[in-house]
Amino acid sequence: MATENLVYERPEAFTEMPTHYCPGCTHGVAHRLVAEVLEEMGVVNKTIGVAPVGCAVFAYNYFDTDFVEAPHGRAPAMATGIKRVLPDRVVFTYQGDGDLASIGMGEIVHAAARGENITVIFINNANYGMTGGQMAPTTLPGMKTTSSPNGRDVETQGYPIKMSEMLSTLEGTGYCVRRSLHDPKNIRLAKKAIRTAFETQVRGLGFAMVELLSTCPTNWGMTPVNSLKFVEEHMIPAFPLGDYKISDAIKQIKI
Amino acid sequence: MAVKGWIEVSDTYCKGCELCISACPQGVMELDMARLTPKGYHPAHTFKEGCTGCAICAIVCPDAAITVFRETTKAVPVPA
Amino acid sequence: MPKELWKGNEAIAEAAVRAGLEAYFGYPITPQTEILEFLSRRMPELGRSFVQAESELGAINMVYGAACTGVRVMSSSSSPGVSLMMEGLSYIAGTEIPAVLVNVMRGGPGLGNIAPAQSDYNQAVRGGGHGDYPRIVLAPASVQEAIDLMGLSFDLAEKYRMITMVILDGSVGQMMEPAEMPALKEIHRKGFDWATDGAMNRERRILSSIYLNPYDEEKTNLRLLKRWKDVQASEVRYKEYFLEDAKYIVIGFGTAGRVALSAVREARAQGIKVGLLRPITVSPFPHEVLDQLTGQAEAILVTEMNMGQMLDDVLLTVRGRVPVEFYGRPGGVVPFHDEILNEIHRLTSGTLAVRTDPRESWLTRMTAAS
Repeated sequence: MATENLVYERPEAFTEMPTHYCPGCTHGVAHRLVAEVLEEMGVVNKTIGVAPVGCAVFAYNYFDTDFVEAPHGRAPAMATGIKRVLPDRVVFTYQGDGDLASIGMGEIVHAAARGENITVIFINNANYGMTGGQMAPTTLPGMKTTSSPNGRDVETQGYPIKMSEMLSTLEGTGYCVRRSLHDPKNIRLAKKAIRTAFETQVRGLGFAMVELLSTCPTNWGMTPVNSLKFVEEHMIPAFPLGDYKISDAIKQIKI
Repeated sequence: MAVKGWIEVSDTYCKGCELCISACPQGVMELDMARLTPKGYHPAHTFKEGCTGCAICAIVCPDAAITVFRETTKAVPVPA
Repeated sequence: MPKELWKGNEAIAEAAVRAGLEAYFGYPITPQTEILEFLSRRMPELGRSFVQAESELGAINMVYGAACTGVRVMSSSSSPGVSLMMEGLSYIAGTEIPAVLVNVMRGGPGLGNIAPAQSDYNQAVRGGGHGDYPRIVLAPASVQEAIDLMGLSFDLAEKYRMITMVILDGSVGQMMEPAEMPALKEIHRKGFDWATDGAMNRERRILSSIYLNPYDEEKTNLRLLKRWKDVQASEVRYKEYFLEDAKYIVIGFGTAGRVALSAVREARAQGIKVGLLRPITVSPFPHEVLDQLTGQAEAILVTEMNMGQMLDDVLLTVRGRVPVEFYGRPGGVVPFHDEILNEIHRLTSGTLAVRTDPRESWLTRMTAAS
């Protein structure tokens, strides 16, 4: 097919391997956006990714960049180690909500507080996907999971943790926004945010995180299409989309 | 006249999740129930005319399975 | 270089810097905090990386990340902190990358105390973290030896793509002694063919400790063991004192070995044919030389600042051929040389038998004395 006809094709920053994600899982969308951004910025050959423990444990199979695989929750610490010795490389972590907001809470908060020049892609799908849909720190009140079978009872199981709001209070955080992957418009906005988060890093403007409201059709027990509706109707009210922190220097970035 | 486009859906990547089908503004996509991918999914395809090459299907596709093309519109010289 | 007065912990830190340390990640804990404090000044001075991490978990995973890029990186801690690092150590071992960890051991278990101890021998030598993995463990007995072993620890870690731990007790960390420091070397990054440092002009690389297929993990385990056999064949290090004609052998590492040396010297002055074997690599343990010494020995004394951990390695080698006695001071107590001298006198009594567990009679004597 003539290249002048081409409107969109699979990013070259992706490897040829099909993902292991369930059909309709928006992890794949988030991966694709990161790949597109790395490619557009021309930094694929100087990027080192840090994969988490959780559904994205195999993220290293899909990006055509160097990759390391962190212990559960420790990706920001590993990324710190890499970035400190190789400050001219692009270093990102890709973490789910169990990884980042539960077991890795200490690592993410302090990476942000130190203003580490790393980019964090945070997938919030309100449950532990890889282990079969247990309650996560982001599980909505009343939401049924395999470890909150009667619905999350906030009296005994606490309330969801809002990471973007929390991290935006830290001086070291340069860029911290929440986006959603539930429709084409929001996916476009998410991509722009991811681009800004990487631009923040290459300009040395501090810690950058993009929280992405995502789906988990399999563990939610919904079709992929209904999962997107669930994000729109239930997750966005609990986790409002928005720019939680954009430092003045980052506001000047033109994409 | 509407812009004419077309897509190619990769059997390697498509998992038949139907997100593209519900997102397609032209309503020209469906699962191809007559075919199975090597992984056993019915892949998405366009089943009638009307694709404009808007790429919304590709934007929502979690598996980067869709390549989008669009007919090039040649600029018609305006008569002087 | 002329000799200068160095404090153990600071000497370790400076020796690591001179060996090409590019990044240090740590967390305060007594009695090793001077390593952290020293490097917080020294590393930025040289344009190298220093981060005081949020926890030992954070520190060891920063080490893990930096180690993936192929630079010389280390952390240091003391017993409770090292326990927290066990997660990272297992991952580093599984990823087969070099890293150095210093444990300035203190009394335990639990919060214990901050006095010198050797009770993390098993944790260091047998593993501590989950999974099946070997690691090199060096045990200096003086400030000078600690300095010398820091350079070696990085060389060995890189050569075998393996964790090297340096274990010392709080007294070596805290004491001041005259010592000679090697010259500061310029850093030359080695460009290892496994390092994930950005895929410029090459195929991308992945570093992970995940082998989902059990057969691949089995192969990995066997590869680690094969590499360990090379370490055992080439890297055993120990010091021998008065062993040539010795009928009685004392074995101790680190400070316990150093105190034992004073006792052995005094016993020699009394005409007792006793010698000391002081392992420097407690892993790989010097089994071969101990095996030979067992042939000439009438009795062996193991002395440690714990409840008998290296003792098991000695028993494995001696295999009941001669009586093995144990004398330990656990909990942060450092033995005096006359205590060990008394034990040497017991060795020479000729009434000792081969026992299944030498700890039993030691425990009886210890509890009777108190």
